[in-house]
Amino acid sequence: MPFVFVIPGALQAHSGGRSEVRVDGDAATVDAALTLLWRECPGLRDRVLTERHEIRPHVNVFVDGTNVRAAGLAAPLRNHAEIIIVPAVSGG
Amino acid sequence: MPNIRHVDPRGGDVLLMVGTMKGAFVLCGREGGAWDVGGPYFPGHAVYALACDTRRGQPRLWAGPNSMHWGGLLRRSDDFGRTWTDPEEANVKFPEATGATLKQIWQIVPGRSSEPETLYCGVEPAAVFVSRDGGDTWRLNDGLWSHPQRPRWEPGGGGLCLHTLLLDPQDPGRIRVAISTGGMYVTEDGGESWRPSNTGVRADFLPDKYPEFGQCVHKVVQSRQQPDRMFLQNHWGLYRSDDRGETWQDIANGVPSDFGFGLAIHPRQADCAWIVPLESDEFRCTPEGRLRVYRTRDAGASWEPLTNGLPQEGAYETVLRDALAADTRDPAGVYFGTRSGKVFVSRDEGDSWSPAVDGLPPVIAVKAVALA
Repeated sequence: MPFVFVIPGALQAHSGGRSEVRVDGDAATVDAALTLLWRECPGLRDRVLTERHEIRPHVNVFVDGTNVRAAGLAAPLRNHAEIIIVPAVSGG
Repeated sequence: MPNIRHVDPRGGDVLLMVGTMKGAFVLCGREGGAWDVGGPYFPGHAVYALACDTRRGQPRLWAGPNSMHWGGLLRRSDDFGRTWTDPEEANVKFPEATGATLKQIWQIVPGRSSEPETLYCGVEPAAVFVSRDGGDTWRLNDGLWSHPQRPRWEPGGGGLCLHTLLLDPQDPGRIRVAISTGGMYVTEDGGESWRPSNTGVRADFLPDKYPEFGQCVHKVVQSRQQPDRMFLQNHWGLYRSDDRGETWQDIANGVPSDFGFGLAIHPRQADCAWIVPLESDEFRCTPEGRLRVYRTRDAGASWEPLTNGLPQEGAYETVLRDALAADTRDPAGVYFGTRSGKVFVSRDEGDSWSPAVDGLPPVIAVKAVALA
């Protein structure tokens, strides 16, 4: 089933310049869907996740409008989910 | 995004690599001319670590930009910053089994000329990574990471960082590192085993003022000609060693404060070094609002203030641990950057100073290279 990832501008050098990346495959969880994304765009993985396989503290991943930080990468997905990767509102 | 400029250095120029909280700049200085400013590179990224590797002939610039959002990695440029590598996979990262995550790359050090494909970097949390393939892949140094004292190291104000790596110029197995706040550790077998080496260095913030480890060492330098000679700027304390760092003597003679960060040693004269004292560990600004570099030419028996060309009124500046550097010219050039975004240069070993650039983001690193 397809998923659509929305890629922030700062990372589009690693998505071939695309602001949206559509991936096809089976994924029951956010983690599994992200793994499909890493296959398509390997440069995104280490910029979104830490070595501990956690979403970076100042990155947010929304699935159908809900931040998955609380539910974690094991959160379930529906078919055709939209997954948005955005930088958190932080900085100085 | 900002408009990015580039410089075109040539032989005889001085290249200043300036790391700031918001990106890196490359300054090119030509005898008798103004400084040309390239950058900002990696806008929005904090750049603590910079290096210029000249072992191949063509200078290779290294930078460790760190994004608050997307993390950090090492990038390199073979054309003075016009283009930089951008590896898909983070090249410096902790093995998953360590449970650690990279917070910052603090230092990049090209290996000795006898090991042209080797590079080292120091990171936060405190650790050493080594590359044996020219920087393509990096491996955590297990000897230091597994040191039994490591769990007792404490983070300083800048985090638990390994900020200094000194490759002994004569002994290929000997490397000294400095950690805030863990003190100094030495290996004599190329990194297999490490031992603390802080004899004589004070830790005012601990019940035991002279512990085996745990000092907040801010910067250490070593003479290339006389490697037994080292200087150390501590979190309170200014020291010299005459035995390769095995023991340290207090040399805070006539300085307005023995607190500070930046420290540079003369490229040929082992008795000569420069510091920028700061007032207290709370204020951390230049004493009396006067921006003074202090120089010793007698191994710390005395220090003289260098003020010619530096603001002496209302100048509450801070020079951080990697923001003071000397080049290899004769006379030596000395350079420093401030947290207020100024870079000052001296072509005459500190006798006179002039501003190279103002208005940069807070400066955290300055590296100087005299191009052949």
